[in-house]
Amino acid sequence: MSARVAVTVSVNGTTHRREVEPRLLLSDFLRHELGLTGTHVGCEHGVCGACTIRLDGAPVRSCLMFAVQADGHAIATVEGLAPAPGRLSVLQEAFRDAHALQCGYCTPGILMTVSAFLEETPDPTEEEVRHALSGNLCRCTGYQHIVDAVLLAARRLREG
Amino acid sequence: METRHIGRAVTRNEDARLLAGRALFVDDVELPGMLHAAFLRSPHAHAEIRSVDVAAARARPGVVAVVTAEDLGAYWKPGPLLVPPPPIPGVVFRQRCQVPLARGVVRHVGEPVAMVVAESRYIAEDALADIVVDYAPLPAVGDLEAALAPGAPRVHADLPDNIAAEVRQAKGDYAAARARAAHLVRRRFRYDRGASIPMETRGIVAAWDAKADRLTVWDTTQAPVVIRNGLAAMLGLAESQVRVVAPFIGGGFGPKIMMFYPEEMLVPWAALRLGRPVKWIEDRLEHFFATTHERGQIHEAELALDAEGRILGVRDEFLMDTGAYDPYGLTVPLNSQCTLLNCYDIPAYESRFRAVFTNRTLVSPYRGAGRQHGIFVIERLLDAAARELGLDRVEIRRRNLIPPDRFPYRNEIIYQDFAPLTYDSGDYAALLDKALAAIRYERFLSEEQPRARAEGRHLGLGIVCYVEGTGIGPYEGAKVRVQPSGKVTLATGIGTQGQGHFTVLAQVVAEQLGVDVRDVEVTTGDTDQFDWGVGTFASRGAVVAGAATHEAAAAVRAKVLKAAAEHFECAEADLVLADGKVSIAGVPERAITLGELARLANPLRGAVKPGTEPGLEATRYFGPEMGATAAGVHAMVIEVDAETLRPTIHRYVVVHDCGTVLNPLILAGQIQGGVAQGIGNAFFERLVWSEDGQLLNASLADYLLPTSLDVPRMELHHTVTPSPLNPLGTKGAGEAGAIPVGALFAQAIEDALDLPSRGIEIAEIPLSPSRLWEIVHGGG
Ligand code: FES
Ligand code: FES
Repeated sequence: MSARVAVTVSVNGTTHRREVEPRLLLSDFLRHELGLTGTHVGCEHGVCGACTIRLDGAPVRSCLMFAVQADGHAIATVEGLAPAPGRLSVLQEAFRDAHALQCGYCTPGILMTVSAFLEETPDPTEEEVRHALSGNLCRCTGYQHIVDAVLLAARRLREG
Repeated sequence: METRHIGRAVTRNEDARLLAGRALFVDDVELPGMLHAAFLRSPHAHAEIRSVDVAAARARPGVVAVVTAEDLGAYWKPGPLLVPPPPIPGVVFRQRCQVPLARGVVRHVGEPVAMVVAESRYIAEDALADIVVDYAPLPAVGDLEAALAPGAPRVHADLPDNIAAEVRQAKGDYAAARARAAHLVRRRFRYDRGASIPMETRGIVAAWDAKADRLTVWDTTQAPVVIRNGLAAMLGLAESQVRVVAPFIGGGFGPKIMMFYPEEMLVPWAALRLGRPVKWIEDRLEHFFATTHERGQIHEAELALDAEGRILGVRDEFLMDTGAYDPYGLTVPLNSQCTLLNCYDIPAYESRFRAVFTNRTLVSPYRGAGRQHGIFVIERLLDAAARELGLDRVEIRRRNLIPPDRFPYRNEIIYQDFAPLTYDSGDYAALLDKALAAIRYERFLSEEQPRARAEGRHLGLGIVCYVEGTGIGPYEGAKVRVQPSGKVTLATGIGTQGQGHFTVLAQVVAEQLGVDVRDVEVTTGDTDQFDWGVGTFASRGAVVAGAATHEAAAAVRAKVLKAAAEHFECAEADLVLADGKVSIAGVPERAITLGELARLANPLRGAVKPGTEPGLEATRYFGPEMGATAAGVHAMVIEVDAETLRPTIHRYVVVHDCGTVLNPLILAGQIQGGVAQGIGNAFFERLVWSEDGQLLNASLADYLLPTSLDVPRMELHHTVTPSPLNPLGTKGAGEAGAIPVGALFAQAIEDALDLPSRGIEIAEIPLSPSRLWEIVHGGG
């Protein structure tokens, strides 16, 4: 076991400082050191997308990074999406309205992927939505309601 | 009834928590002083264990315990048999259940050999590398037919061969039917292994509270009550001393019900022994080896028809791969055997199966649970028969459908619930007609396909029928209570893995009690809240627990009306129950809320009158005498690229009858998800094994699940023939989507590439572009 290393990250706007083993995965750091268990882990080999977070705005897979690599960066997780406790964001609401989740395990990763996608592509086609989602696996829904939810959210966001 | 909640597309009560990242999954449980377990697993498909040396692992800093089979003492014993063999004359069943840790011999890759418990998962995994096991590899069996060859290596050395079970069932007189037949169709079919791959792997956390003398276990199980009862018995505790919680579960699909997975026996034992909480979360690699699989079967089947294409009889003989142990009994092959009869009037049937031990991961039901094999066999036989008799594929099906006036239709053989297979209700021709219209069958044949062919494009259509036995017993229960706040709580013993029970069951309560669906708080899967029940499987949650919920809510409704009638000193018939209150009809200002009535029903002074109970609460149980049979037709149009053999689905139509629909939005989700898994099974997912029993594609990068680019938009239609077997008229819907897809792909691809004209038929699932290439180019 190697010596612990200091890490400072901002997560959803709050700064956290911890001493961690260099081999600690960022996903484990978020979930088990910071207690932010909304970010899920489905494979730990970078395929399923359940662990997707945003690092300085870009969607990344937190299972493919070490916590120490996030030092000095700003992270956003699913816990930070809602505008206030007890309320949901437009995207989250669209997911509920379109029944875009069943077990909900893949959902946080998908929300983080899509939140970044809609910032870049505010008026997507179904084809573009399907491409954006293709790196996130969902075993429950068959994707159709997720696609519907993303299109619905895009429309609501455009219409303000 | 004042308000209709049943049948409405209500959005889900559970979603806000899930969307905000606030829902509790098993791996989210963090407890002070918690330890972490990791398992050393066999790298061999079959080997003798000569010795296990754990000294170095025990010496590693941070390691708290290393456990081998020897260390378990009297706790080491094979797990229980989950489902006993069916009461069928002549049944052979050889029970060989899995053990908590291998002793002397390992029988499949991934079988646990030792458990390490340490201060962190990282340290526990480091310590696995310290353990030295001396294995002497033994020859392994993988292939089903090779396993039965004379002199084949034996998975269980104490048995004379690898046969785990043998069952024969018959209806009518097949030999006589065959003798009369104008036409016989005989084929061989093969279905290969796949895996359910829920996005959340299995996991378990156990904590022993020495002061309260209680064990609490969080488990990703689909059957928390049964796990609680089993753990209490194994650990020598009273059932009231054990609480099992199945919190939010990230998908189940069948394999999360398997009493007992070794880890499920060992983690609670370790927590008790060590006096500290212990967590184990399966990683994805472990999941591929250690969580059950399904699907390996080989069928030899024969269809006897008269000259008009009417079925006179079917004979089927099949082998089914059960893996290294058989704790789940014969549910999967019985489903295959029964579901082969499908929606057709088949007067004679003779079926024999043998379950076969192999040196592979155990097999237990996975969504569809053997039903797709039966459907694949009969639908493929009908396709071949239609061709040989010069009949349209739809016409041959139509001629054989069970007509609507023949229900209940008795099939005479025994189903997985051990009741005689009986279809309760249905209108199969209506399903077929709706599907034909939706897929525009005639126009496809007369215009679309010829036009595409003229352009050199390979367009094909598939259309297949299926039935699904759902909602089987024995029973579930539900407890409904009006809280003083006016909210209503419902507790039931089933677990939930995304099926929307928090909403669907709330709708059933709201329907009776005239409250808002959002004001019904549902608890499932916590044995401290409700501890009678069996679990979520066989598309039974909404049917059986739904019926129990209905009965309990109706009983509470009766109590509410009685209490209100006493309060107002009026007749119950004059009362209206709506919007969370009871009022006098025509006098809306004379009203009392449910919350106030609940308080009145639990007074602090005065006595509870003899024969009455305090509160507005009722518990009811429901056990259907047999399962309700859902049915449907799937149709699709695909285009196959002649060079790459990659199919693109242009249209996908589902017409489904699951009786009364509780929530069409949630039902649509169940069907779409089922079809997606069916597509994976038909065209993407195959577990690939080496000769010596190694699984070669145990990662999500190599075992391909369908993505958003692979699953098409689906068009859903419904017909409704309510089930007479339960008060709501529901039939299960959880597995239906997945069942017919293999047969559908085979037919559509044959059609697209016009394979039969070249003497090629598709007789196997799963396919893939490369496997299809081999088939098309004569690779066997
Ligand atoms: S857990 Fe990170 S991609 Fe699957
Ligand atoms: S909702 Fe279960 S994996 Fe997506």
